[in-house]
Amino acid sequence: MTFVKRSRRASGVLASFIHVDAATDAIRALRARGHRNLVVYSAAPNHEIEEALDQSVSPVRLFTLLGGLTGCAAGFGMTIWMSLDWPLLVGGKTIASIPPYVVIAFELTILLGALSTVAAVALLSVLTGRRGIAYDPSYSDDRIGVFVPAGSDQLKPVEQLLRSAGAVEVRHEAA
Amino acid sequence: MAVVARPTPARKPELELTQTHADVTRDVVASLGKPSTGYLLLLFGAVAIFLAGLTTFLVLVKDGLGHAGYNPPIFWSVYITTFVFWVGIGHAGTLISAILFLFRSPWRTAVYRSTEAMTVFAVMTAALFPIIHIGRQWIFYWLLPYPNQRWLWPNFKSPLIWDVFAISTYFTVSSTFLVFGLIPDIAAVRDKVTGWRKTVYTLSSAGWQGTDNQWRHYSRAYLYLAALATPLVLSVHSVVSWDFAASIVPGWHGTIFAPYFVAGAIYSGIGMVLTLIIPLRRALRIEHMITDYHFDNLAKLTLLTGSILFYAYAMEYFVAWYSGNIFEQTTFYRRAFGPMWWAGWTMIICNAFVSQLLWFRKVRTNLTALFIISIFINIGMWFERYVIIVSSLSNDYIPWAWGQMNPTWADWGILAGSFGWFGMWFLLFAKSFPIVAIQEIKEMIPMPRKRAGGQH
Repeated sequence: MTFVKRSRRASGVLASFIHVDAATDAIRALRARGHRNLVVYSAAPNHEIEEALDQSVSPVRLFTLLGGLTGCAAGFGMTIWMSLDWPLLVGGKTIASIPPYVVIAFELTILLGALSTVAAVALLSVLTGRRGIAYDPSYSDDRIGVFVPAGSDQLKPVEQLLRSAGAVEVRHEAA
Repeated sequence: MAVVARPTPARKPELELTQTHADVTRDVVASLGKPSTGYLLLLFGAVAIFLAGLTTFLVLVKDGLGHAGYNPPIFWSVYITTFVFWVGIGHAGTLISAILFLFRSPWRTAVYRSTEAMTVFAVMTAALFPIIHIGRQWIFYWLLPYPNQRWLWPNFKSPLIWDVFAISTYFTVSSTFLVFGLIPDIAAVRDKVTGWRKTVYTLSSAGWQGTDNQWRHYSRAYLYLAALATPLVLSVHSVVSWDFAASIVPGWHGTIFAPYFVAGAIYSGIGMVLTLIIPLRRALRIEHMITDYHFDNLAKLTLLTGSILFYAYAMEYFVAWYSGNIFEQTTFYRRAFGPMWWAGWTMIICNAFVSQLLWFRKVRTNLTALFIISIFINIGMWFERYVIIVSSLSNDYIPWAWGQMNPTWADWGILAGSFGWFGMWFLLFAKSFPIVAIQEIKEMIPMPRKRAGGQH
């Protein structure tokens, strides 16, 4: 059960694994046979699964950088502009005095950097995630799930491959 | 190839977890079950104390700050003391959740969720105090740079405005960090519960399914959030210390204030962590997850920060003497032997000396002793701020202008109410959301393998 309402279900095979090496064997074998759009579920991130999937680095870092730079520029921009907009001499200091404004710029760097990082995860998950993929509640507990999108002609060979790799449960998902 | 930045799997024997992934989910979900009578009594007590504080606050709003014990020249007293106290409490949470994450310290996993929640609620409590203190609470937004009729802007050269930015950033980032870390755990709870609770957890899990794609972005983002929270936490108490150090009041105008305050903040925060989790682990029956090993490590951190504080106290007195500045010297002499000597010595004994007991392993692993020490730390750290603020203001330059203040019912009422407010949120959180990070504990437990042999 997920928050996202599914209008269309993807057709394919959903397999559950208890053993991590069985799951990675299956992933490697499937990828070797040309199955690229696998969805792997796990209760915690796992290095072995990532290696088997040969994932690229998430582009989240770009959003963090841009958010941080925006915050820094906004911090200096706001303080300098506001000081010049109402030029009031305080303590004999320069009107737009940079050292004290570093604090504001620093705080806004962190603030916008953090918020854009979280926004990026939400955005990327929606953009790069796929809807209508079967799920099982045991995947947030102790099992690893592998969903293989497949047409009706491929269901049998994929199921066979998954079972031989060590899947404890395999089911077909019709569109 | 994505490299997931996570603490490396446990190697120390103390961390060899015997549970399976299913055990972890079961135990943590069980801790969210029906509340016990003890829990309800605690919650009732916290709400009652909070309501007493709220009543005091409403009287202050109606009549003004005259009820509080302000007396010239002391116009910063219990509210600012308590503000600094609560901001400091938050720091240990971020240290454990973010800094120890970057240092790949595996023992943090069992305790970090509770400390992170403590951070958020402590900062939420702290943020109330400047508002209470300003007297005209309904115009607190004057502190913010918002476009107004006369196009007046705040004075960005003032440390008080730096503080507005530091505290609001700290609150936003630490609550984001907490909520972000909770999402996979909420999904794990969602998949175990039924009825209306399932609906609530489904909505709060934001569609989390733990797919490879979600973990890919999540793990990276978590690393960056930790990397951003680390300098933030060090900056926040530095900025708070500059509220004092950037002035020229004797006793405040010290260059060591920023590191001194940061060490004190972490020290006080770990004191509060111990006060909270020693009873909590028993109440939620998670003793097998938070063990002597975790307490030993927390106690070592307390010892480290307590010793830094010891050094800072000694250095403050040394610098006052070595400066040859009569005002500085008088202030520090009066801290130890003036009218507030009792507060000065409470701070030194509770913070500098009591923490030294933690050199002994027997003390570090004795939970009763640790709990008692943690209470001393809480008291000592509140008094540290009270001494720094009130004793410095009470005698500045001209002896005829010196004065003393005594806290009144309005000061104590608000102080007590802040503990009720904090306790209420913490207790509600502990029963509503996983107080032990399910997903990170699972990461520490090697998954079963069909082939014998080492793990990856």
